[in-house]
Amino acid sequence: MAMRKVKELGINKTYPGKLLIVEGIDGSGKSTQVYLLKRWLEEHGYTVFFTEWNSSDLVKDATRKAKKKNMLTPTTFSLIHAADFADRYERLIWPHLKAGYIVLADRYIYTAYARDIARGVDPAWVRNIYSFAVKPTAAFYFQVPVDVGVSRILRGRTALKYHEAGMDLGLSNDPAESFKLFQGIIKDQYDAMADKEGFHIIDGTLPIEEQQQQMRAMVEVMLRRYKPVIYNRSSANHEEGYEK
Amino acid sequence: MIQKDKLFYGSGLPYLKMDKLPGYLIVIEGADGSGRSTQINMLKDWLESRGHAVLDTGLKRSTLVGGTIDEAKKGNLLGRTTLSLLYATDFGDRLENNIIPALEAGFIVLADRYIFTLMARDMVRGARRAWLKEMFGFALIPDIVFYLQVSPDVLLHRAFMQYGHLDYWESGMDLGISPDMFKSFKQYQSMLKDQFDNLAQEYGFIIMDGSMDIETVQQRLREEILERIDL
Repeated sequence: MAMRKVKELGINKTYPGKLLIVEGIDGSGKSTQVYLLKRWLEEHGYTVFFTEWNSSDLVKDATRKAKKKNMLTPTTFSLIHAADFADRYERLIWPHLKAGYIVLADRYIYTAYARDIARGVDPAWVRNIYSFAVKPTAAFYFQVPVDVGVSRILRGRTALKYHEAGMDLGLSNDPAESFKLFQGIIKDQYDAMADKEGFHIIDGTLPIEEQQQQMRAMVEVMLRRYKPVIYNRSSANHEEGYEK
Repeated sequence: MIQKDKLFYGSGLPYLKMDKLPGYLIVIEGADGSGRSTQINMLKDWLESRGHAVLDTGLKRSTLVGGTIDEAKKGNLLGRTTLSLLYATDFGDRLENNIIPALEAGFIVLADRYIFTLMARDMVRGARRAWLKEMFGFALIPDIVFYLQVSPDVLLHRAFMQYGHLDYWESGMDLGISPDMFKSFKQYQSMLKDQFDNLAQEYGFIIMDGSMDIETVQQRLREEILERIDL
């Protein structure tokens, strides 16, 4: 079993699981792709744990309250999201990796890098904050032109939330315009880190099927020496996060 | 008088445009029972009677995540990294929304604990020192940091006198040192003291013997302040 060495709170750790993550601007199609990958993995008998950005209960309340009051500064915005991620990481992601599962994450630390740097915090500072998290087995970056992503998002809905539109950056008073400019900055950040972080870049303007094929071909190679978790499902308690 | 060549310990708050702040930031660090709040109240009276505007601020008093931290600690629900980041969020909120605006307005800010308490607690729990140092690089460098040093033995008796019992967190029970609260308290407090002693050297704290009587400590604090700040 391939073990990776990671550093977390001063302890060197190894884990037998696989961590596959997707990144991209809003409307890049990454959620669709990670969902299709999950279906495919499950059909092949793998037990998969799926997790999304911004979904832990305890911190969510604080985040929601803070966002509503617009009392966040770039630093506290960054820290509260790091706390939220750490909560999911410590309770869900890390234990599953340690137990040997395939963990699929819709957005990972790179989302935080891109957003926080866009808001003006020091790049080295935010990278240090997230240094407790392991490097994923693979990071798939769904690259689309800003116009494509933005029109996919704006077509489906009317109201953009304040932080979602990046209104706190003071780019424009018009939410749609601000959103577009904000997504442009985020895209620049992703593009700039793609090489350094070793992203697998997938062209998000290709047909959905073709993107999925590319992704599956890469994942297949990554799983060649992976030993799946053997667990008798009939006696299992199905909890949130595990499908079927 | 002190001359500061930089405002922040590390990367700071790069999106804020700040030059020199007209106010002064005075920090008092020390364990629970070291007499911090008593001394701060007395300093506040003294400074105000001399005509200075004073803001006193403590840890975990921000409205942002204070409630979340309390709730989580009650049930011991959060991982160590998460709790550490929540405290950092809370500190950041106070720094940017209370401390800096007050310093800009020319107040003297008396901070009842600062990043050092957070760092010491986390280091006792295994956090990497380099990680903490970099994270708290957004903290303003105070004009003075006092450290009220009190031995774990004295703290023990003060806790009994004040509360009648030992606190779960102040005894470090989450560390699983010992199921015996008395033992755990003593060991945990001495681990914290070691961390504080290291931080005192690195960050240049002014160490005060917190086991002296209240008036003597206060007198020394005032002398040190007058020596270092042109009030």
